[in-house]
Amino acid sequence: MLVGSLDGYTTACAGWAVIISSAVIRIRVLFFASLADLTGTRQMHIVMPSGSKVADAITYFERDTPGFAAYSSHVSFAVNEAFVTQDVMLADGDELAMIPPVSGG
Amino acid sequence: MIVELVRDTIDAGRLIGFVTKPSNGGVCTFHGVVRNNADGRRVEKLVYEAYESMALAQMKAIVDAVLVRWESCDVALVHRAGELQIGEASIVIAVGAPHRAEAFAACRYIIERVKTTVPIWKKEFFDDGSVWVEPAEFQPIVE
Repeated sequence: MLVGSLDGYTTACAGWAVIISSAVIRIRVLFFASLADLTGTRQMHIVMPSGSKVADAITYFERDTPGFAAYSSHVSFAVNEAFVTQDVMLADGDELAMIPPVSGG
Repeated sequence: MIVELVRDTIDAGRLIGFVTKPSNGGVCTFHGVVRNNADGRRVEKLVYEAYESMALAQMKAIVDAVLVRWESCDVALVHRAGELQIGEASIVIAVGAPHRAEAFAACRYIIERVKTTVPIWKKEFFDDGSVWVEPAEFQPIVE
């Protein structure tokens, strides 16, 4: 269930009908390269329940973004420009980058 | 150190000059150059996209690690972003060291780390389309 938008953010959690501002975190999600092509955007703001982890954001995109699920096992994740594992807790204001396989050099 | 992410032609001479010192007996450089073919197809140009702030931070972290491991080295690392034509350098690394062994080792270490841990992506353009280049084997990056 899409709860609605909050200050231009999209809610990234199903099943809760009432948003209490202190109980949510706002996350800026960045997409690059093939993932930007897949999602059709380079940046998205989402609202998640406090206590959400990187894995919860992945689950959200796997459910709501066609093609993402097939791809997500090949994505690395960075929070505030540091690579992290999926069990890392997100905090209000975090920048979560979805990083497809890199090919620089 | 010099660590930069740029959109214009990389001035390799400036980087070599930076690491060339009376105390350095060896200077090793690596130039990554846009090749005109990939998997048997003719490549017309490349576009490099970067998560710029993080890419720069990762590049600096790589050089910091080099300067701990090979403490007498001098290092310059510049990567280019945007559209590149065949023959242009996408990356130039210059390492100066007292002896050749450290210069070669540090230079090799830097390019391998850049290719696996820096958020930069390469798109190859052919006469009939384009593709993001992705390694055959994927390992999530966790540091």
